[in-house]
Amino acid sequence: MTDTTEKQGAARSHAEIDDSITSRSEMTALQAAIRTQPFWVFVAIIAIGIVMNFVSDVFLSERNLFNITRNFAFFGIMALGMSAVICTAGIDLSVGSLMGLAGIVAGLVMQAGYGIVFGFLACMATAATVGFVNGVLIAYLRMAPFVVTLGMLAMARSIAMVVSNNKMIYEFGPDQDLFEWIGGESVIGVPNPVWVLIILTAVFWWVWRYSIWGRWVIAIGGNAHAAKLAGIPVERVVVSVYMLSSLCAGLAAFLMVGWFGSVTNALGLTYELNVIAASVIGGANLMGGVVYAVGAPIGAALMELIRNSLLLAGIDALWQQFFVGLFLILAVLLEQIRNRGRQ
Amino acid sequence: MSLLELDGITKSFGAIHALQGIDLTVAAGEAVGLMGDNGAGKSTLMKIIAGNFPPTGGRLRIEGQEVHFHKPLDARENGIEIVYQDLALCDNLTAAANVFLGRELKKSFGPIRYLDYRNMYRRAGELFGELKSETRPRDLVRQMSGGQRQAVAIARTRLSDPKLVLMDEPTAAISVRQVAEVLALIERLKETGHAVILVSHRMPDVFAVCDRVAVLRRGAKVADKHIGETSPEEVTGLITGAIEHA
Repeated sequence: MTDTTEKQGAARSHAEIDDSITSRSEMTALQAAIRTQPFWVFVAIIAIGIVMNFVSDVFLSERNLFNITRNFAFFGIMALGMSAVICTAGIDLSVGSLMGLAGIVAGLVMQAGYGIVFGFLACMATAATVGFVNGVLIAYLRMAPFVVTLGMLAMARSIAMVVSNNKMIYEFGPDQDLFEWIGGESVIGVPNPVWVLIILTAVFWWVWRYSIWGRWVIAIGGNAHAAKLAGIPVERVVVSVYMLSSLCAGLAAFLMVGWFGSVTNALGLTYELNVIAASVIGGANLMGGVVYAVGAPIGAALMELIRNSLLLAGIDALWQQFFVGLFLILAVLLEQIRNRGRQ
Repeated sequence: MSLLELDGITKSFGAIHALQGIDLTVAAGEAVGLMGDNGAGKSTLMKIIAGNFPPTGGRLRIEGQEVHFHKPLDARENGIEIVYQDLALCDNLTAAANVFLGRELKKSFGPIRYLDYRNMYRRAGELFGELKSETRPRDLVRQMSGGQRQAVAIARTRLSDPKLVLMDEPTAAISVRQVAEVLALIERLKETGHAVILVSHRMPDVFAVCDRVAVLRRGAKVADKHIGETSPEEVTGLITGAIEHA
């Protein structure tokens, strides 16, 4: 490598060498894409899709695809936020409970007749507050993310029970129809939550690739100490990351309650595990420093696809969790193997 | 006039007196080797100059002006850049991204600001070129050799055209061939009028590139001599305490 560049160097001017060195990189864009986790998970999705097409006539029907995409949209939206948290080598266990709390708050506000705008704002403000508390405890008081968000998991669920008085809410005031349309209906044959997921994925793709904030989050995940020394406001960025994760959960809750047409304080129970699994299958590395915008929807899609396929293939529903867990472990194993090959 | 002037710097951590009145001057284009055994106070002194913490007593002057650093950014704004011993690089980012970390070049589209990859790659390439390093701006730091990583850390200090570059053990963990590369980088910094403080355990490196050597022992400066007036044997004696003072 060195020898060849030196030999060529004799024949060429320095400017030319500089230029060729500058523009050289280890691999092309396509090669880079093939090396990513989401690419291989996407291949797995296509493979399952092809197999299922032979197993079941219903699989590729419009109705089934509609259901699959809508079902995973909620998890995909939350996984987008969770991926950001995991990228900083953190974890957010509170998203499921927060869904319950944010959903109940939205429901109560609209039930009281304040309309959908206030309902939405209250929902998101609740989420932002929870994320802010998580972030401050983790970034400024340097507590372990696992413990802080585990505590919040319990607290948020409890508050949801208290404020809902353990009752179901199904009256959403003057904007009930609009609320239920947003969460439950579709535009051009695509469910509204899926539109939200598509738009958010595009936004996140841009954020991770082009925004300064995104670059800083990835840097913090790679080496928080170095990021701090480079002058990045690490604490503030970490707080914003937890707020983002919470806001994604709040948005998912708002859409889901609209779809269900009712909300109980059990909304989102154990969803945090699915969201984390979707993020990890989509390529998020719990050690931090790795994030893909497309990973979140792809990871969530694979999980829903497994569930749906087992159902259509007539396999006992009791097996579903087994296969979701199996794919989670396989995804992490795949990443290990790829990393080993790289070094 | 000296570029950097330390005047009676002391630092105490509770009852421990880590530094006991250090005077040190560095001129532009000059490289000073800072030597001493573990616990002699090298790192403490470096951290004071770098703004990691303030001294307990004494004054810091840059070009005659007294300065007070409360955080590393203050030192950077006063023209002091640091190459940390662990290099403080993000392995998961490219060389160019590391060079510009915290100082990203931006473009604007209306109110939206985004990363200017083109110019960052171009500028990083120029910096590596100036350092005559074969580091490629688009490569991930994870895949780089020790010498290339060192070049990334040094290239970063040149972004702001600093007056003084502090280097903490830059040759401690790399191969012989890479050591030669790093020493060449230091020479290049001197040629361009930068002052360099080199903290090192490695005697040959200090004697290869430094103009002066200052020796710390138990928080006090026991020697400050031109390289031509001393020898590795004498410096070793000063570090260990076999020679009391010089």
